[in-house]
Amino acid sequence: MAKGRLKQILLITDGCSNQGEDPVAMAALAREQGIAVNVIGVLDDFDHEDSRGLQEVERIARAGGGISQIVRTKQLVQTVQMVTKQAMTQTIKGVIDQELQDILGNSQALEDLPPEKQSKVMEVIDELGETVDLNVCLLVDTSASMTSKLATVRQSLTDLSLSLSARMGHNQFCLYLFPGKRKTVQKVISWTPKLDNLTRSFDKISARGVTPTGPALRDAVKSFDQLSRRQLAEQSDEAYDDGPG
Amino acid sequence: MTTDQADLQLSPGMVLTGKWHGHRYRIIRKIGSGAQGTVYLAANGERAVALKIAKARGSLISEANVLKELNRSGDRTLAPHCFDLDDWITGAGKNISICAMELLKGKPLIDTLPAKSFDWSVVYLIQLLGQLQKLHHSGYVFGDLKPENLMLTEQEQRIRCLDFGGATRMGRSIREYTEFYDRGYWGLGTRKAEPSYDLFACAMILIYATTGKRFEKSARPGEQLLQQIRARAELRPYQQILSRALTGKYQDAMQMRRELLDQVTAKKGDAGMRRTERTGTDRVRNEWLRALTAASLILAAYIILVIFIMM
Repeated sequence: MAKGRLKQILLITDGCSNQGEDPVAMAALAREQGIAVNVIGVLDDFDHEDSRGLQEVERIARAGGGISQIVRTKQLVQTVQMVTKQAMTQTIKGVIDQELQDILGNSQALEDLPPEKQSKVMEVIDELGETVDLNVCLLVDTSASMTSKLATVRQSLTDLSLSLSARMGHNQFCLYLFPGKRKTVQKVISWTPKLDNLTRSFDKISARGVTPTGPALRDAVKSFDQLSRRQLAEQSDEAYDDGPG
Repeated sequence: MTTDQADLQLSPGMVLTGKWHGHRYRIIRKIGSGAQGTVYLAANGERAVALKIAKARGSLISEANVLKELNRSGDRTLAPHCFDLDDWITGAGKNISICAMELLKGKPLIDTLPAKSFDWSVVYLIQLLGQLQKLHHSGYVFGDLKPENLMLTEQEQRIRCLDFGGATRMGRSIREYTEFYDRGYWGLGTRKAEPSYDLFACAMILIYATTGKRFEKSARPGEQLLQQIRARAELRPYQQILSRALTGKYQDAMQMRRELLDQVTAKKGDAGMRRTERTGTDRVRNEWLRALTAASLILAAYIILVIFIMM
């Protein structure tokens, strides 16, 4: 665990999918591969809460073993970093609960321990949350209704990068937009340790009515394969460099 | 799963019994609530305590961990005392984390600022910097520093830190913050726990004391803050100190405190009389010094003379 890394998909959307695969199924697929799917639903002050879209937000997160939150555009910046951090803690706690169960049996979890032991376990969780490596694939819905919210989305992603880079662990981010200008899903930033210059990334969008959330989630899952292949290659390169000669 | 639990409303008179330690807490009234939980005034036997009911178990336990570590330092003014961390099973069978802490009697700074003169704000800030120096020295940064989290105790004479939910061990990432007081929001630094993170918030508190409200950042946040300082007559004497704090130039709280103190005492009074008064005292002090030097010279000569005679 200490040397492991956490994998997350963060989906930011404002409504219901209407094209391609079922996003809930795709989220379940992500979870199968050890990737937690978190979903933030953004509403304008003018939006009335469309229950269908919001239900989907919750269902995707539940299937993906992550956290969902519905917020007004104004609160988005704080929410993005909070959800990401809480989801990290949740994943780490899940792993620790599993360990506790294996050791102590009869479905023991953190809550069942005496407070003194809870304190000790929480110290370990905090420590891991600070030092573990984190890979986040960001998926942003850029369909027509999102246009007015994108400036805030951009700000919230820069802020997320700022928050996470204060940790001791290493981070990797990538950014996908859906729908893209030509493709259903468009990769605008491939895996990188810092999200600095997002200003131009959002130029490559077209305001279309479709919301292909399922295909976007599928592509996001795939991006983690690419990253682990790349990291594997880097590792073997290093091993080669360290060799004699 | 959603992140927020529904807010639990506890009515006055209700009694909570801890699952493990068996302490009984009778709810008196709600004191406040934040993102992480709700605080109630409660009675534990004869003793009044602040009882925090967690929304998120993890953050309350982490906060209790910080308090306990600071309590161990022996300095009672550093952080509120943490009496009891326990679980409480609600009527519906839900397991909720609770923590009984020392009740700080006083008034939150946020309620006091509008009624006090600016001079008081500066005095409070000087006190606060003394507190922060001690906290930093014990390896922690306060993190979520804002008037809402500061309490004026002892007839509004002493400032104390209240909510340690954002307190973070040095070198780690800040656990909780509020945008207006966060240097990351203003594009003026990282969210790593280091003394300068708290000192930035100190400067913002003084700015807030003059504006009376928070404001949002513009396209050039750094310049905007300096503009705010220049625009207010009360802040102008402190312009250099504040801009140093905002840009992370201070290594520690002591350095900022000293410069603030120097500025307050050196501040030229606008009335001419005050100035003559000060020069007057200076002259008296100079005469004293001269007299003292003369006296010690005479004494030295006398001693040498005595030694000379005895030989």
